[in-house]
Amino acid sequence: MKQEANNVREISQPEGKTSLGRFAFIVSCLAIALSALIFRIVDLQVLDNAFLQKQGDARTVRYEVLDAHRGMITDRNGEPLAVSTPVETLWVNPSVARDPTDSKKDEKKFQEWLNCECWNRVAGLLKMDAQSIRARLQSGANKEFVYLDRKVAPEVAQQVLALGVAGVHSRREYKRFYPAGEVATHLLGFVNIDENGQEGLELAYNDWLAGKAGKATVLKDRRGEVIKELGLVEDAQPGNPLQLSIDLRLQYLAYRELKSAVKAHKAKSASLVMLDVDTGEVLAMVNQPSYNPNNRKRLRVSSLRNRAMTDVFEPGSSMKPLTMAAALESGKFNPDSEIDTSPGYLRFGRSTIRDTHNYGVLRLEDIVAKSSNVGTSKIAIGLTGPVVWDMFYRMGLGQLTGLGFPGEGGGVLPQPYKWKNIQVATLSYGYGLNVTALQLAQSYLVLAADGVKRPLSLLKQENQPQGEQIISADVAHKVRLMLNKVVEKGGTGTRAQVASYRVGGKTGTVHAVGNSGYEESEYKALFAGMAPIDSPKVVMVVVVDAPQGDEYYGGEVAAPVFSRVMENTMRILNVTPDSVGNQGRIAAHGLSSGERG
Amino acid sequence: MSGSDFLRQLPDASRHFQKRRGLMYRLHIDPVLMVLLLILACAGLFVLYSGSGESEADVTRQAIRLCLAFGVMLVFAQLDPSVYRRWSPWLFLIGTVALVGVLVMGTGAKGAQRWLQIPGLPRFQPSEFMKLAVPMMVSWYLSERYLPPSFKHIIGTMVIIFVPTVLILKQPDLGTSLLIAASGIFVLFFSGISWKLVGSFFAIVASFTPVMWFFVMRDYQKQRVMTMLNPEADPLGTGWNIIQSKTAIGSGGMSGKGWLLGTQSQLDFLPESHTDFIIAVLAEEFGFVGVMLLLTLYLMIIARGLYIAVNAPDSFSRLLAGSLVMTFFVYIFVNIGMVSGILPIVGVPLPLVSYGGTSIVTLLAAFGVLMSIHTHRKMLER
Repeated sequence: MKQEANNVREISQPEGKTSLGRFAFIVSCLAIALSALIFRIVDLQVLDNAFLQKQGDARTVRYEVLDAHRGMITDRNGEPLAVSTPVETLWVNPSVARDPTDSKKDEKKFQEWLNCECWNRVAGLLKMDAQSIRARLQSGANKEFVYLDRKVAPEVAQQVLALGVAGVHSRREYKRFYPAGEVATHLLGFVNIDENGQEGLELAYNDWLAGKAGKATVLKDRRGEVIKELGLVEDAQPGNPLQLSIDLRLQYLAYRELKSAVKAHKAKSASLVMLDVDTGEVLAMVNQPSYNPNNRKRLRVSSLRNRAMTDVFEPGSSMKPLTMAAALESGKFNPDSEIDTSPGYLRFGRSTIRDTHNYGVLRLEDIVAKSSNVGTSKIAIGLTGPVVWDMFYRMGLGQLTGLGFPGEGGGVLPQPYKWKNIQVATLSYGYGLNVTALQLAQSYLVLAADGVKRPLSLLKQENQPQGEQIISADVAHKVRLMLNKVVEKGGTGTRAQVASYRVGGKTGTVHAVGNSGYEESEYKALFAGMAPIDSPKVVMVVVVDAPQGDEYYGGEVAAPVFSRVMENTMRILNVTPDSVGNQGRIAAHGLSSGERG
Repeated sequence: MSGSDFLRQLPDASRHFQKRRGLMYRLHIDPVLMVLLLILACAGLFVLYSGSGESEADVTRQAIRLCLAFGVMLVFAQLDPSVYRRWSPWLFLIGTVALVGVLVMGTGAKGAQRWLQIPGLPRFQPSEFMKLAVPMMVSWYLSERYLPPSFKHIIGTMVIIFVPTVLILKQPDLGTSLLIAASGIFVLFFSGISWKLVGSFFAIVASFTPVMWFFVMRDYQKQRVMTMLNPEADPLGTGWNIIQSKTAIGSGGMSGKGWLLGTQSQLDFLPESHTDFIIAVLAEEFGFVGVMLLLTLYLMIIARGLYIAVNAPDSFSRLLAGSLVMTFFVYIFVNIGMVSGILPIVGVPLPLVSYGGTSIVTLLAAFGVLMSIHTHRKMLER
């Protein structure tokens, strides 16, 4: 031991030599180990970088949808019909209260959060039940998104957020509001809670109105909480505005009159269509029954239909002017041609066609004014079936109007292989085919526009659309004069008269179709007309379904609605009166008592 | 010039420089090591701020701890190496007793007893203390004898190493026990045992691996090895840490995402982001460049440490310095290796960067010993 201690210095000499070798060895080991580390780091950070970068982003980078502002719908004068206003939607991230690394702590932490007294205050602000909120959060415990309340007024949302409850967030959304309420709702339709069109024009023009949702990237942490907005991938592009051809003033007017008529006659339903003669634009389209699009909680399905476009019916006597147009066009007849309608009925085998009275010999214009089925049938048989059918078809019956409105009816215009006389006769006065109110209005539009058929439009037209001459202007003019006769003394539509304007139109009273053929005591009352008659500006069709009580003829139920709406329409549209001094309706009321259509 | 020539000339050269050594030398501070360590500590605080989720409290605590540890380092630097040599057996004895004490009456957390609370003394971790005491003891034991050591002394050394290693393994603390065993074995290696013995040692370790696996290693330790081999087997459980840290390192790329901008580390995906896994934060936020700068800094410290070891005036100092420097390297290697997924996860912090108290004090105390070895040479006669 002692010797060893003395030798410390001696042994340090050779030992230094060996230990240098050791150091060299150590240094090379060190270099190898270091190379392994560096290789590993290069492997991860350079070679695998793209993959691991993606992996990292996949954990944290999320896209958030930014709702686009839905385009506004306005009437032709810019009055708003459908407006989206910003609201806040409150949602909760239940994962914020969870601790995924520790299952015991996890549950305790979550329950603590769930039983926080603050939810009572949240529930109070939102007028909700705190227990139901908790139940919802409990069932969404493993989610990162649970709706708390959708579409809350921004100031309420602010108050809720100010409570600072962990995991409560808000999100900008839009809520659709319809200022015109039930007045224009059939046309406009509505959107669902996600602002997607469900009905009407909202559905038809959804892509145009909806805009494009934007995208923003955000960083989310392990609990799904947004830590940071990284930036906008693309901003939300607001939807396009839609300007309708509707004139809200006329729409209100038509709605009011139709509603009061439905009420007065206890009718089942009703429609009114008003078209602009020059452009084919729809100026008003209203239906009964209606609903409030802003609160659809008690919505009945039967109220939903835009009946003017979806419901078809047999047009009845309102087709007679079209038959007359075919007659005049054939050259075989002129307005003064005389037809013998006695004895007031016409037999085809087992079927009999009747007039209300035996009118005897009638001129063509009187056949329309008195609405003689026998006279019309005789003319039609003289013309043959295909000629009448062709006229109806050219007027657009049996075809979709091309508006692209969801659920639009096309009607049926049958074309038999071999025409029987009874078929020709019934077709000529409007049975055996069906049409929508809009199609009926479209056919009258041709008569009003001097024989030019223009495409209809629900959108405002800047220029007059290109039309097609269907019948000659002369024929159209002559038929219009016949229509004027209908509302003059002795016609069936006297109650359609309008003070200071000469109008024209045709009444129609059709048996409603029930489950087993025609109903004996249920009718549809129609009136299709235009004003002013020499140079019409507006065409209007009124259909009232199943009016109850003593009055059920088109001339009694529908014509007065036409009169009242048309009178105000002329004033609103500033149309120059063409019959000054005509006190119209007041006088007409007294005269019309015996006249029925 | 051969290596031995270089070595023979060096003491003369250093004596030549001694005249010009000034204040730093008299304070027993090695300026090179000091500057490097300070840079590392400051950089570490910088990364820690990010890794702790921008916690100023954590950074402040760590800064205070660093100041304390640097103080300890300076104190250790003042003592002459001969003091350490004389005290080595006693320190080792005290440490061993304390380790036994830990097993009997220790306190701790997470199922491991690592702390000893002796009334009237601050709570401390005897295993940390042994990180210094074991290499000192082994260096003392071997330097008192002929070098290279005889077979008998090698066995003696093995016993010295074995006792604390097993005691710490029992706590259980696999990481520290391996570090302590390594520190002792490094001394043995530096003492110049024959290459045959080195080779047979590795052979024994290799052949004992299966025995370790089946008889010594506990289930959770085996699990860690399995996780390293295939972390995707249980991505949400045991594999979570390593998958997240690999993703963090890899997504950093060449230049990183920027300070405080690492998504993995800032958004709570990376566990232990301010302690053992802090290198992943650095790698994610400063990229490959940042990791290389850190490794360079470490390498410079190690190079300086080896330089001190090579120039140590006596075999005790040389063996001790070599062992301490190599242990320091093992720290770095094991930590980065485990975080990057090439080593199983054992609780080894990244020296001077990871948040945590005792290891920093021990590490800087070791550097204090190195400074002492380097700055007390002139007082030794050749």
